Amino acid sequence: MDVDHHSLVGFAKSWGLFYLVAMAIGVLIYALWPSNRKRFDRAKTSIFDKDDRPGD
Amino acid sequence: MIAALTVAERQRAIAISAALALCGLAMAIAGRDDLFGVHGVIVLLFGLGLIGLVMSQYFAPEPSEERLTRYYDDPTRVGIVLSLGWAVVGMFFGVWVAALLAWPDLTFDAAWASFGRIRPVHTSGVIFGFGGNALIATSFHVLQRTTRARLPDQFSPWFVLIGYNLFCVLAASGYFMGITQSKEYAEPEWYADLWLVIVWVTYFLLYIRTLQRRKEPHIYVANWYYMAFILVVAVLHIVNNLAVPVSFGEAKSYSLFSGVQDAMTQWWYGHNAVAFFLTSGFLGMMYYYLPKRAGRPIFSYRLSIISFWGITFMYMWAGSHHLHYTALPQWVQTLGMTFSVVLLVPSWASAGNALATLNGAWGKVRDDATLRFMMVAAVFYGLSTFEGSFMAIRAVNSLSHYTDWTIGHVHAGALGWVAMITFGSLYALVPWMWKVERMYSPKLIEVHFWLALSGTIIYVFAMWNSGIIQGLMWRTYNDSGTLAYSFIDSVVAMHPYYIARTVGGLLFLLGAIVASYNVWMTIRMSRSQAAAGAGDIDLPVLRGAGATLQAGE
Repeated sequence: MDVDHHSLVGFAKSWGLFYLVAMAIGVLIYALWPSNRKRFDRAKTSIFDKDDRPGD
Repeated sequence: MIAALTVAERQRAIAISAALALCGLAMAIAGRDDLFGVHGVIVLLFGLGLIGLVMSQYFAPEPSEERLTRYYDDPTRVGIVLSLGWAVVGMFFGVWVAALLAWPDLTFDAAWASFGRIRPVHTSGVIFGFGGNALIATSFHVLQRTTRARLPDQFSPWFVLIGYNLFCVLAASGYFMGITQSKEYAEPEWYADLWLVIVWVTYFLLYIRTLQRRKEPHIYVANWYYMAFILVVAVLHIVNNLAVPVSFGEAKSYSLFSGVQDAMTQWWYGHNAVAFFLTSGFLGMMYYYLPKRAGRPIFSYRLSIISFWGITFMYMWAGSHHLHYTALPQWVQTLGMTFSVVLLVPSWASAGNALATLNGAWGKVRDDATLRFMMVAAVFYGLSTFEGSFMAIRAVNSLSHYTDWTIGHVHAGALGWVAMITFGSLYALVPWMWKVERMYSPKLIEVHFWLALSGTIIYVFAMWNSGIIQGLMWRTYNDSGTLAYSFIDSVVAMHPYYIARTVGGLLFLLGAIVASYNVWMTIRMSRSQAAAGAGDIDLPVLRGAGATLQAGE
């Protein structure tokens, strides 16, 4: 299929909005999902690990 | 350093350096009297120098298996030193190029010292030399600590670090000779660009390979920022530098794009270089070193994820705000403007997250200049992202574009945010890396902090003033409908501000020199402590000394 300038611009102008909003919603769901909280809390305190050696 | 490499790694280093030297030789022959040949000679000497470096310790005993129970930090240490070296060089040229605007005779009639040649030496020197080396050095450190995994091998980090510095050397030496693609922040020619692609892909693979070995279930947010930096810079670099060389023996090439497409591609690259080189990577630094230094976890981990994806999605579309009132279609300009304004949300989320992390540790911020560097960086990050969003609005841009206001904005970001977070992170990192209690002199950190802050403020205020005066003078009409001021009138009006910005830049340069001295003395302090503490068998220097003693007996 040959994509000309106008159809590309048309696609970008219409669907661009929807896929960006969809990605934003996806990120919000992931970040705010209640069961992810434990993982995030562990992650943010994990950097205070005193032992400066690789894990086993 | 080289003694810590296995014999196989030493052999690989020699083989790759020899291949590099051969490439240099081929370039020198193919280039003949073109400047391409000069770069060939530089590559040849660089390759030979590396071979000599490895050969000097080739027969040192192999490192023990015990090394695998520790992180691999040699490349980080070298990266820190290189970063500070480039900082001093890049900022020195910055002060010089600023002085040129006030006193044009300072070129001394030398072609290599003309404005158009030393300006990119300044920009590339500070962005790629200082910033890039600091990003590579800290990324290796943060990556290993947050994944609790050692780097997968000892060769590729060196390939990335040294290869990247070869790119920086080719870039800077090329500018002096007049080799340039004339693309902002993408000046190096095709062969240097190709080399950087190889280096950068190795960097990305190294990152992914280490992540695969991680012992932590979750990938800490700082790594996401570093990865976005590596991946997106690769994409930007490849697309913007698509070009056809005149021949394989000439430095000159022609871009694959032309006209307004070329302009759009360039500013898609240029703005995302700001976004993913100067923002994303340094946010990675901030999200690790700031909580670590403050001793408090990041205020909201969720917010850090949301702002990460916000920045990553939206920055991509903001580049066209550099091309307001041009041949670029109006809707593309509006798109860039809109995304730039929306970008304020994730930017302030990051800045706010950093400052909220410090909430409750303000006593530390007051007493500890290192943490204060990071705090001021977060404030300037918030200020300059607000200013950037504001300047991207078409009506504001009609005043600010092509004036010194833009330069002021860039330096609020580059000095206030990028350099401050880097110096803060390096001051935190250096004692850890050289295994000492603290930096050589906390007083000198304090001196550096005030030099840097006053330099930034003088610089930014000078450029805000001159930019707005310039913008207003260019748009003031008299009663008969013609321009009230000639261009040279506005140049004359700029003179005091150009002197002020040179002073501001000079203070910032002095700060960088103080930092380099402090780091150097810390390294020396670490060495003398290591020499004094003879019981410490953890240090390779001592083990080597012990071995020679035995041989003498």
